[in-house]
Amino acid sequence: MRLPADAMVLRLVGGVMALLLLASAIGWVLSRVVTDATARATVDNINARIRAWWVMALVFTVSLTTGALGSILLFTLISFLALREFVTLAPTTPGDHRALFWCFFIATPLEYFLIWIGWYGLFSILIPVYISIFVAIRIALAGDTTRFLERTATTQWGLMVCVYFVSYVPALLMLRIPGYEHHNAALIFFLVLVVQLSDVLQYVWGKSVGSRPIAPSISPNKTWEGFAGGILSATAIGTAIWWATPFAPLQAAVMAFVVTVMGFAGGLIMSAIKRDRGVKDYGTLIDGHGGVLDRIDSLCFAAPVFFHMTRFFFTP
Amino acid sequence: MIASSLAVASRLVSGATVEWRCDPRARNQRIYFANHSSHLDFIVIWSALPPRLRASVRPVAGRDYWEQDRVRRYLAGRVFHAVLIERSTGVSTQSAAQAAVERMAREMGERDSLIVFPEGTRSVNGEVGPFKSGLYHLSRRRPDAELIPVHLENLNRILPKGECLPVPMLSRIVFGPPLATSASEEEEKDEFLSRARAALMQLRAIR
Repeated sequence: MRLPADAMVLRLVGGVMALLLLASAIGWVLSRVVTDATARATVDNINARIRAWWVMALVFTVSLTTGALGSILLFTLISFLALREFVTLAPTTPGDHRALFWCFFIATPLEYFLIWIGWYGLFSILIPVYISIFVAIRIALAGDTTRFLERTATTQWGLMVCVYFVSYVPALLMLRIPGYEHHNAALIFFLVLVVQLSDVLQYVWGKSVGSRPIAPSISPNKTWEGFAGGILSATAIGTAIWWATPFAPLQAAVMAFVVTVMGFAGGLIMSAIKRDRGVKDYGTLIDGHGGVLDRIDSLCFAAPVFFHMTRFFFTP
Repeated sequence: MIASSLAVASRLVSGATVEWRCDPRARNQRIYFANHSSHLDFIVIWSALPPRLRASVRPVAGRDYWEQDRVRRYLAGRVFHAVLIERSTGVSTQSAAQAAVERMAREMGERDSLIVFPEGTRSVNGEVGPFKSGLYHLSRRRPDAELIPVHLENLNRILPKGECLPVPMLSRIVFGPPLATSASEEEEKDEFLSRARAALMQLRAIR
């Protein structure tokens, strides 16, 4: 027996609220007991993060419950902001200006428009095929050959990560899963919740018991202990909310495991870019977290894999 | 109304992080001098100011550009209260430059502040060019006004010279501490200009 869609989302939202209340309470207690200056800074950062989580959870829930349009508009905005942070750090030249204008104002809205009208065939190849070719042509026409391949590839890559991959989140609404009609919003909730919880839990495990870094040259904060603890506990939570998905408990566990591992990989990849560009964060929009891209890096790489696994195994 | 919606729009396009190293709310008269690389420069600085100050902070701009059509004339005159000056062309005469400085000093009156771009023209690659002498003469004429260096980063990539459509990137504005008044009454022009330029360059982010 499957819950009605609204009841499902309501339960998930209730769970998130309870978690955030708990986090806020712990943050408040920490801010009372910690007096040491360096620990104090960590606690202040944690509290800023928790406050930002409240805002993000609210925006996400509101747009998800306003239906397909709300979710699509939210992720269009996220892509736009993420691409902007990405391009700011990219070594572009004036020769890229026109191509970039197209990326922001034509390619991005078009990709999401295709989700809105449900044209899966074009949605899935628009950016990897047509926009990629277009970008190369437009940059070539501008005539600047300095680091041509690097500049073209950077722009194409930025579009892939910030727009194409991210658009797979609302694209989940397009899937027609037998016996799960009109429940797809809960599938988005499942993906985002598991991936983001995995980030948080990796941070919590890493801070408390982490000692052996996985890739010290990229990020000293990512440890084997944080990785294992975070992935396993997030997978456990994903399994526990199997009732919100079209998956059986074991299937939900596999799905949660895969998206958390992909999420970890995403965080690592996007950190490598930051390290190369010599910055700590992509932006400053979200207090305590950095930029939009810092928050969604894991989601970027988890979303397409989650979408295609669901599509391959659960749709006719 | 028009002014505040323009301010919001420019903040969205420029995604600017604003950093103040002087008191943003001080009511004294100031001369903000900034590096120039985009048509957006002035409006981005202006929209970063506290709303109460905007009415009394006026840009100094080239008459040739701002009087080209009705919209620009309206914006310059009614919205920004710009001080429009004749831009010195190749064969600039000493007297024209002097008249321009005289106008700026007079238009400041007892209340207003100015935004000036001492390079005189937009830089193509985002590098800060040499300063023209206008800033020196203006500071001599109005020694009472605080000189505030303002560094703009990335605006040349948002709207480069020669382009008409902006690409939204993130930018950074730093309002520096006031330039110290010259130690001696006899500070040479070139000495002053390089000191002012150095103060501006110092605001660049360390990468």
